[in-house]
Amino acid sequence: MSVGPVASGDPILTVEDLRVSFATEEGVVQAVDGVSLELKPGEVLAVVGESGSGKSVTAMTLIGLTRSPNARFEGTAHYKGTELIDASEDQLRRIRGAEIAMIFQDPMTSLNPVMKIGDQIVEQVQEHEALPDQQARERAIELLEKVGIPRARERIDNYPFEFSGGMRQRVMIALALSCDPSVLIADEPTTALDVTIQAQILLRMRELRDETGAAVVLVTHDLGVVADIADRIAVMYAGRIVEHGTLDEIFYDPQHPYTWGLLGSIARIDRPRPERLPAIAGLPPSLSNRPAGCHFRPRCPHEFSKCVEVPPLEARLEGNPDHTDRCWLSPDQKNQLREVRPGEIGLAAKSTGVDAA
Amino acid sequence: MSVDQEASGVAPSSNGGPLIDIEHLKVFFPIKQGFIVDREVARVHAVNDVTLSISEGETVGLVGESGCGKTTMSRAIMRLIDATEGHLRFRGDDITSAGRKQLAPLRREMQMVFQDPFASLNPRKRVVQIIGQPLHLHGTARDKVEDRVRELLRLVGLAPEHLNRYPHEFSGGQRQRIGVARALALEPRLIVLDEPVSALDVSVQAQIINLLDDLQDEFRLTYLFVAHDLSVVRHVSDRIAVMYLGKLMELSPSEQLYTKPIHPYTFALLSAIPIPDPEENRSRERIVVGGEPPNPIDPPHGCVFHPRCPRATDVCREIEPPLARYPNGHLAACHHPLNVSAEEIKGAVKDPASPLSAGDELPSPSEASDSRPSA
Repeated sequence: MSVGPVASGDPILTVEDLRVSFATEEGVVQAVDGVSLELKPGEVLAVVGESGSGKSVTAMTLIGLTRSPNARFEGTAHYKGTELIDASEDQLRRIRGAEIAMIFQDPMTSLNPVMKIGDQIVEQVQEHEALPDQQARERAIELLEKVGIPRARERIDNYPFEFSGGMRQRVMIALALSCDPSVLIADEPTTALDVTIQAQILLRMRELRDETGAAVVLVTHDLGVVADIADRIAVMYAGRIVEHGTLDEIFYDPQHPYTWGLLGSIARIDRPRPERLPAIAGLPPSLSNRPAGCHFRPRCPHEFSKCVEVPPLEARLEGNPDHTDRCWLSPDQKNQLREVRPGEIGLAAKSTGVDAA
Repeated sequence: MSVDQEASGVAPSSNGGPLIDIEHLKVFFPIKQGFIVDREVARVHAVNDVTLSISEGETVGLVGESGCGKTTMSRAIMRLIDATEGHLRFRGDDITSAGRKQLAPLRREMQMVFQDPFASLNPRKRVVQIIGQPLHLHGTARDKVEDRVRELLRLVGLAPEHLNRYPHEFSGGQRQRIGVARALALEPRLIVLDEPVSALDVSVQAQIINLLDDLQDEFRLTYLFVAHDLSVVRHVSDRIAVMYLGKLMELSPSEQLYTKPIHPYTFALLSAIPIPDPEENRSRERIVVGGEPPNPIDPPHGCVFHPRCPRATDVCREIEPPLARYPNGHLAACHHPLNVSAEEIKGAVKDPASPLSAGDELPSPSEASDSRPSA
């Protein structure tokens, strides 16, 4: 029952058992630990998690932005027959921007401040296509109009500092769309923006997805944004996917206690105000020293002896092979435990009062 | 307690009177240009005639988009920025132009918690030095400081053993707790919280909000909670003030702002928040306001929101609307209010908190929205 065009056909991007670790002075940081994903044309996959959950590293690794001497990669990521993880810089160069484009979080720092907006778009277009200057410029104007920049013909010669945050993010989107990519990776595209501008940008992204049929990987921590735009959701915690399902499955039938906690801790304006905001006790673990077994165990009020073993990501509900989670509790137990108040999903309190951090 | 008085923009006379009284406050930043002699060529109208008072023990939420003047206003209240015009009273004493000496005893009563917990703690100082600094400055004996810091750490939910650690050893949420402990050190009456949770993860945000709630109950603190996020403010505020381009658009008892937003701008802000519920999101009717806030150097004539407002008419372009007072002390500055009945409009009066440049004309009862779809 997803909104928008139903994703169809074979996946264009398949990630299998991706592992990324970085060697640091404090030891090895396992940022991504066995992530598998599939992306079909035209669908929006949301990767949700808190800071340090590995969601951005996963996204950036796909286009080789995390490569560095102290990074180690395992696993595979196939894009239309190309293996991305050990692709050469040359191969990646052809894919970046043209096939897989990225929208970064901070529009204030991700544009070149000493280069005109139009030139930045023209540069990218000409990198991938042999277009004469004048045509490339026309394409840039067209793109700026498409993302909703008024008076694009004049503004194309502006510098980034002459644009507001929302306008810069539109320029970022125009840049990302400039070569008609099949996959768009958006890393927290609206986090730095005001809500009214966020609403405009999300609306625009939805329209563009419908027009171009590009698949979108949306990395975010905001479940409101997710509910607005996503078809499928992968919830990440400490480098692992802990639950994966469709939009409605995650919101109405969540299986992992961390997902319950996330859903429960959002301040909602459409519900009566609760006495206290439900919080998840404790803090996310350090990635260089993660707890054994289920990583969420220390913060989980429902942990039991089996939780010291790593739960596999598998379908535990009958008749629904695509809704997977990493929790040892049985579906019946989950059904009972996740309802903190009638009709309300959340995570029961682990400790009382002010939780010691 | 008379809600009507309490919620008004002007001095409510609840228990003990207002702690902070802001009267027609204006803060303008001059833009200077010139060779040898700087001439003022323009002014940024950051805060443009705002009247608001905060009672003891109350929490007022101050909301608006970036650039609306909310941070400037909170800094002016702390006397970190000088007011261009207007008055500022702390417990009845005019402190608008009080000097350093006169302010010194007040500084301990007004404290601030900043937005970015990564930038607001000195990375080279230990926790004991950071939290202990205000104690030293205000003359606490050296040997007592450490005990007090331990006590403060316990209060904000940190382990007293963390005393000798550096800020980098803490996570964002823990750092914000340190910021709160520092603000609490001198037992202030008023704490100005400038976006205290917007840099934190959702699950941690809730922890900090609950902590602030507990501390308020325990020490009877008064909060001015500045935020751009209407959903977080709701959980802490008794009243919420909505600002746009330096002006107060709406001032409302907290719950009413969500059930009955009167100003179209407030309604637009509320409807822009995505609801984390796919089904409700699909069925909800939303207004996406186009455009962006205009330049505060040259604010629009009349109602400052009119260029983006879907309900704007000629009168909005010409006459600045006064703050009309509706039942329950709900104030809104709009010629075409939402969610009010004909009766309520008839009963409305011009509130003294209205900007001095505002017109006298209140909305006509024909604006009543009995027949219109509500929020």
